[in-house]
Amino acid sequence: MNYSAWSLLRGALAGHRNWSPAWGSNEPKSRYDVLIIGGGGHGLATAYYLAKNHGITNVAVLERGWIGGGNTGRNTTIVRSNYLYPESARLYDFSLKLYEGLARELNFNIMLSQRGLVLLAHSRHDLDSMARWANAMRMNGIEAELLTRDQIAALAPALDMSPDARLPILGGFTQRRGGTARHDAVAWGYARAASKLGVDIIQNCEVRGFIEENGRAVGVETSRGSIRAERIGIAAAGHSSVLAKLAGFKLPVTSYALQALVSEPIKPLLDTVILSPGTGAYVSQSDKGEMVIGAMLDLFPSYAQRGSFCVEQAIIAGTLAIFPTFSRLRMLRQWAGIVDVVHDSSPIIGATPIPGLYINCGWGTGGFKAIPVGGWTLAHVLATGTNHALAEPFQLERFVTGRLIDEAAASGIAH
Amino acid sequence: MMQLNCPCCGLRDEAEFVCGGTTHIVRPPLDATDQVWGEYLFFRENPKGPHLERWRHAQGCGQWFNLARDTVTHAILAVYAVTEPPPR
Repeated sequence: MNYSAWSLLRGALAGHRNWSPAWGSNEPKSRYDVLIIGGGGHGLATAYYLAKNHGITNVAVLERGWIGGGNTGRNTTIVRSNYLYPESARLYDFSLKLYEGLARELNFNIMLSQRGLVLLAHSRHDLDSMARWANAMRMNGIEAELLTRDQIAALAPALDMSPDARLPILGGFTQRRGGTARHDAVAWGYARAASKLGVDIIQNCEVRGFIEENGRAVGVETSRGSIRAERIGIAAAGHSSVLAKLAGFKLPVTSYALQALVSEPIKPLLDTVILSPGTGAYVSQSDKGEMVIGAMLDLFPSYAQRGSFCVEQAIIAGTLAIFPTFSRLRMLRQWAGIVDVVHDSSPIIGATPIPGLYINCGWGTGGFKAIPVGGWTLAHVLATGTNHALAEPFQLERFVTGRLIDEAAASGIAH
Repeated sequence: MMQLNCPCCGLRDEAEFVCGGTTHIVRPPLDATDQVWGEYLFFRENPKGPHLERWRHAQGCGQWFNLARDTVTHAILAVYAVTEPPPR
């Protein structure tokens, strides 16, 4: 069913009994052309682009829990492409461009709001590094604009702009195409569009092992029986190492908990995204009115989807340092997602040491913004056996050759 | 929030410590291949479950020590000196 004003009106007249499920609920078949492990944004996008770009529709997405229940539903919904190096700039801007057309393409409102992303400079050194950052973006053909103190005060009047603030705001820069999107809608939109093209979405299906023949991955053992496939893709974020171990190889990944929290809803106060690398504060206001606050990593390996209280305290203190008016806000929810951090804060998209098995991981703290390009490039390698040009620099071999793409400075979150 | 039992200072809040990652990693000889050296620098087990790791009591005695800790429950399974072999 196509969603439109007309279908909504027809639904209203028919008592809203005409709606069909947005995606199918499938029993696993015994064989597929391509299996995708992980029903988050990246896995679902991979399935959609396999069907749409490559005509491969005999595909199943295997999800251990429910789709979009991992990091796709646990991030702070920010999209942006303000990275430093040409390889990353190409990759993330391709993703942002896909996001810009996604609601129309998927016929699903992902509520993309390009409200701009503002980074704050609190010192002379911050000003210099942000000038370098913005210039690097412009060299890569991505718009960026340095902001004066007064421009920032006009963009976000709730900020404490007083000269005697603990961390005075001296300036900053913005990417105006950055913003937010509804995270669940991205997963649901891709799931619905993939399902419509014939992809099986199989929830509550945990992969417990790989079937290998002559050293090649030819299928998986799951909690719902064994399933065979020509090619297999992993898009499991924080659980990538667990799957790699089942398949018999290691990854340069460490899993950490990354927290976020939201306040009670309040009236519109902040219509941009504020990131203050100096305090670690990463704040936006959701369409419901909640202040959405992203924290820094809990810096020890963890698979627990909850964070430490001391990290939460630190991020609240940092947020209050720039937004003192938030001090009376009550926090409604706090949670954590398990993120797959690699040493250069850049992703891995391509072949694994096991023939027939491919992976998309290593997005660390920034996977949400990359969902469209992660799906696009993993689908390309699964369909053709060759890397997409955008993914070529992001291979596993770089950790042996030493050709790292170190985006730690632009990843936005303290590592 | 965890409390860690520093061998020198006793039970203290997690916020006083920094984690140094996986412990017992042995540096390969300098003539190692790029493959071996890359694995030494970057590739990790990253287990879901018990993990042997190094911690430093940064805001206390400053001492490094080893910890066996479950990465799912965060339960501390053993605390032992950096020079000690892993507990069984």
